[in-house]
Amino acid sequence: MRAVLELEHVSFGYRRGRCVLQNVSLQVASGEVLALVGPNGVGKTTLLRLMAGLRRPWEGQLLLMGRDMALMSRREVARMVAVVPQEVHMPFPFTVRQVVELGRIPYVKPFALGGGYRDRTAVERALALLGLEELAHRPFVELSGGERRRVIIAMALAQEPQLLLLDEPTAHLDIGHQVEVMGLLLRLAHQGLAVVAALHDLNLAFQFAHRVALLHRGRLLGQGPPGEVLRPHLISEVYGVPLRLLRQDGHQVLVWDAPYDVPRQ
Amino acid sequence: MRGRFALLTLSIALIAALAVGTALGSAGIGPRGVLAVLIDRLTPLPPPWHVERWQETVVMDLRLPRVVGGALVGAALALAGALFQSLLRNPLADPYVIGTSAGAALGATISLIFPLRLSLWGFGAISMAAFAGALLAVLLVYNLARMAGEASVVALLLAGLAVSSILAAAMVLLLVTVGELQVRLPQLFTFLMGGITVNRWAQLALVAGLLGLGLIAALALSPYLNAFALGEEGAAALGVEVERTKATILALGSLLTAAAVTVGGLIGFVGLMVPHAVRLVLGADARLLLPSAALAGASFLVLADLGARTLLAPGEIPVGVITGLVGGPFFLYLLRRYQRGYAL
Repeated sequence: MRAVLELEHVSFGYRRGRCVLQNVSLQVASGEVLALVGPNGVGKTTLLRLMAGLRRPWEGQLLLMGRDMALMSRREVARMVAVVPQEVHMPFPFTVRQVVELGRIPYVKPFALGGGYRDRTAVERALALLGLEELAHRPFVELSGGERRRVIIAMALAQEPQLLLLDEPTAHLDIGHQVEVMGLLLRLAHQGLAVVAALHDLNLAFQFAHRVALLHRGRLLGQGPPGEVLRPHLISEVYGVPLRLLRQDGHQVLVWDAPYDVPRQ
Repeated sequence: MRGRFALLTLSIALIAALAVGTALGSAGIGPRGVLAVLIDRLTPLPPPWHVERWQETVVMDLRLPRVVGGALVGAALALAGALFQSLLRNPLADPYVIGTSAGAALGATISLIFPLRLSLWGFGAISMAAFAGALLAVLLVYNLARMAGEASVVALLLAGLAVSSILAAAMVLLLVTVGELQVRLPQLFTFLMGGITVNRWAQLALVAGLLGLGLIAALALSPYLNAFALGEEGAAALGVEVERTKATILALGSLLTAAAVTVGGLIGFVGLMVPHAVRLVLGADARLLLPSAALAGASFLVLADLGARTLLAPGEIPVGVITGLVGGPFFLYLLRRYQRGYAL
């Protein structure tokens, strides 16, 4: 497993004097799913933006495949890193295939508007991998939330990236679709992709992530296998609620450790 | 495949519109006479029928330039509208959304205060002032919207609205305070309502050159324009240099609009409606949308202008009235028929 992305002592903020991330050092290797966890507003999305090269760090540096990201063009970065945002709104009636084709923009050559053979195969493969062939001609705006998520992941895969960044890929999905998406990420990692997903559901992180990075107030509190990082007393403190780890049949599940029965009406 | 068929169909439609527009008109010369003049002047063959000298003048110096002018203006406005709608992710955007119309109107008004008899390649003072006004207004809007090197879409739309209302207010202030303007109101009215006026072929050559370059640039930019459908950060994640691309597209659309304004005045609705109509039928992919919108806009305005100069002949209706009256219902029909997939 080689390091695809290395963050070295990265600090960043949107406004002068208000640091969002402080001294974050982190590595992402090919073949792994890394879960970014932490309470709302700790800088998970910001960290993903930095990893995608969409913002430049105040301090520290990011090495993408060993090269300083600050010296690479947007296009070069986009050929290696693909981003799946939380929500995508399409203002105009693009079809599913057209949305997936957007993933080929980092490879566009002037006036080769139809794209080449490699572009078409990349799009076909991405559509097939996410089971979207049937939907290819449907307008994107008509799809359900789960289908849209799959289309955007297909678009990201059409970029043929080394690193896939996802911001809450399971948000607003039912448990069936959550497991489907996470299973897909595992399969992609198995094929050699490096996957980073910001997750709210710690139990999904337990079940599907190789490693977890726990962020709190802009700092990295720990990184490593879920069982080592997500220790109940640490995350109880981070999230501000008592949590307990239940073990059964080799599974680990975090639940709220209610000190008393909650009265329900 | 579908794209090629669409472009072919639209090209044939444009040729048909040009033919009809040239063949019909208010002056007493029928399609037969027009054909004879065209054969005489554009091919080495002799005219098949006798043509009068004045008929030649009507066709070559009045009707043909006007028809070609209408096509160029329609194409430029529709292309600019399609560019701005896609770039700003806003279905309500039209070529005038970032201040061009108000700038052009104010420029035209100011030019009417000073009775200058300027003329350059057939462009009168009012056209040149409108061109300059449109571009200056866009520059102002862009710089107002820019903060820390970035001009966000929302900032552009809001700055466009604010600058437009300021410039429009300034224009009205001039109209009520400067006495000289009262007598020239009809001239200004013609400009504001829109109407194709071509004095010399050189004008058309210039606008055609700009439109040609604009089309080529727009096609080269079309994949990146698609990326803007994902929002600016989404486009950046796909490797697009967002600020540079945005500035280029804004400059391109503004130049096209300003060029159209010099020949057609402020013709409304074409730049808003034609891209939508094309998108409803052919989809949102800018690679097909941009050339299709240009072709459709050209045909549409040629026919609208034909109506403008023949319906109340020998009088003229401002072409903007025709585009609104005919285009509006047609657009509503398309909207109801193809509503699927349109997130408004």
